[in-house]
Amino acid sequence: MLIQELVEADGVSGHEGAVREVLIKAIEGCADEYRVDALGNLIVVKRGHGGGTGPKSVMVSAHMDEVGLMVTYVERDGTIRFSPVGGIDSRVVLAKRVRIGDERIPGVIGVKPIHLLEQAERGRVLRFDQMGIDTGMAPDEVARRVTPGTYVAFDTAFQALDEGGLRTVKGKAFDDRAGCAVLVELLKDRYAFDLYAAFTVQEEVGLRGARVAAYAVAPEVAFALEGTVCDDSPKEKDVSPTTRLGAGPALTIMDRSVVCDRRLVRLIVKEAEAAGIPYQFKQPGIGGTDAGAIHIQKEGIPSAVMAVPCRYIHSPVSVMSLNDFDHAVRLMRGALHRLEGGLEA
Amino acid sequence: MKELIKALVEAFGPSGSEDRVRELIAEQVRGLATKVEVDALGNLIATVQGKGGGRRIMLAAHMDEIGVVISHVDEKGFLRFQPLGGVQARTLVGGRVRFANGVRGAIGAEQKGLSPSDMPRIDELFIDVGASSRETCPVQVGDVGCFDREFVDLGDRLMAKAFDDRIGCAILVQVLRELGETPHDVYLAFTVQEELGLRGAQTAAFGLDADLGIAVDVTLTGDTPEAHTMAVALGKGPAIKVKDRGMLSHRGVRQWMVDTARAAGVPYQLEVLEAGTTDGMAMQTTKAGLPVGVLSIATRNVHTPSEMVDYQDVLNSVRLLVELLRRPVEL
Repeated sequence: MLIQELVEADGVSGHEGAVREVLIKAIEGCADEYRVDALGNLIVVKRGHGGGTGPKSVMVSAHMDEVGLMVTYVERDGTIRFSPVGGIDSRVVLAKRVRIGDERIPGVIGVKPIHLLEQAERGRVLRFDQMGIDTGMAPDEVARRVTPGTYVAFDTAFQALDEGGLRTVKGKAFDDRAGCAVLVELLKDRYAFDLYAAFTVQEEVGLRGARVAAYAVAPEVAFALEGTVCDDSPKEKDVSPTTRLGAGPALTIMDRSVVCDRRLVRLIVKEAEAAGIPYQFKQPGIGGTDAGAIHIQKEGIPSAVMAVPCRYIHSPVSVMSLNDFDHAVRLMRGALHRLEGGLEA
Repeated sequence: MKELIKALVEAFGPSGSEDRVRELIAEQVRGLATKVEVDALGNLIATVQGKGGGRRIMLAAHMDEIGVVISHVDEKGFLRFQPLGGVQARTLVGGRVRFANGVRGAIGAEQKGLSPSDMPRIDELFIDVGASSRETCPVQVGDVGCFDREFVDLGDRLMAKAFDDRIGCAILVQVLRELGETPHDVYLAFTVQEELGLRGAQTAAFGLDADLGIAVDVTLTGDTPEAHTMAVALGKGPAIKVKDRGMLSHRGVRQWMVDTARAAGVPYQLEVLEAGTTDGMAMQTTKAGLPVGVLSIATRNVHTPSEMVDYQDVLNSVRLLVELLRRPVEL
């Protein structure tokens, strides 16, 4: 399964090469051309068959990068100090397995045993600079193989949790390999317009890849595909779960980075209702995506966002439903074909 | 001009939902401008063709106002919301919200864990539109609301929601009414989504390719009891911006504005704003950059439903802008 291959590749922001390689292999046979730009974005073109009364060029983006860590310093005893890359809650990394650098050297993030914790320490959250990675190797071996600037990814195996029902799977980096995998599926169809699939870099550190990709492609319309926050565990208060697992792909109305073009949101909703595909609206005002950088590029590009709900994102492990994933593919593909007829005001 | 101001400030137009304000302005400027267009993000651009020998001048005022977006409808039909733009929780409890479909609601606060003297957070507030269940609630997740308050004419002073920045929009419309001949190609950009990060101005400025810009927006004042020290006050004329948190005005533009005000006998004040910024910041840094200044209208209670401006300041802002546009510019 492509999604498994994608999440088992490591691509912490700024070091997306391994993910890009998987994607280049995956688009073979369904792309008309592709290029890798100066920042590392993979831009794949699927030429349109012409016809249609809608836009002539549409860009769909998904980001290749994931949150992770970077080595800042190797202590004399071989303990590796690190910084987060992208937004990570320091509480989620303790006692987790990691792999270091292109060699994928295994390591664990050390933690003090509960036996030794003072009462006051139990309520305290450690800062990243108070933690260390333990490779179990001799100090000189660590010093030889690990340097400051080396990337560190979470070491999480992809696994099916439930074969029936919601068809849930677990793995790291569904944010946004889920979007990447959806985008590969979209490339298997041909549309009236030229489809530019932009697999972008450095989303997690500030939408950097998407910004230059949108400048270069300058499409008439854009979509960002995401793996997004899902917080559907039981709550004390009757408040929003942001999205719910299994309730279908999530559409963004607005988040911190973009107010989605209402015509595009309406188009997707129409397609969902016509095709009987479940969908949900993501809680407004939460998070941001590549669409934030894309829609304000040049003279403005109408943009919308569709996401697969993923629990526990930005941590070493996330959970998603393959039903939601399949529905996202169907809904986005249908919406793109619907767009061939143009946008209603 | 008060009629125009009233219509604009009472219109519904939170960030991203500026349609009604755009329609109102389009009605006003059609017939006065050479060309009226709406761009991909929803900015309205009214172009006045100059008679030659001038510059390409972009004037910007934003159409959007702060508001709320509904984030959750609970089982009993109460609404939770997120702020759209710089909404301050302390201005909300007991206030009213109006939605695009005309539905109105009251803002209430949770009681458990909050004493009457506590300052609630926005996630501890809710909107009650009188619904009794999620199913019958006339407002849905994603719907956008503005703070509901009518325009009040206090005589010399005016009070309303959304003077930020409908007063700028009104001033630009009035400038267009009074301008007459100009050597410059003038682009009046009524922008979207300023309160979310100058988004409309960024794309409008990119498209217009102007060689000089002026943003028209509100600024804070130091003239209320125990206010922060700030030399801007209501009634002292248009404020010519020196700096804010996002930009330094171009010195040449600033001097041109000051010289023009002096020559025309228009009162003015200089503005140093320690918080916030305007569309001017996005205009200044578009493409290869352009010289930009800002004309600010002193406004009390900014980002509350009861903003207050001085009417003479408004009229003098129009006078100054018309004077600025009438003659060739040497910076």
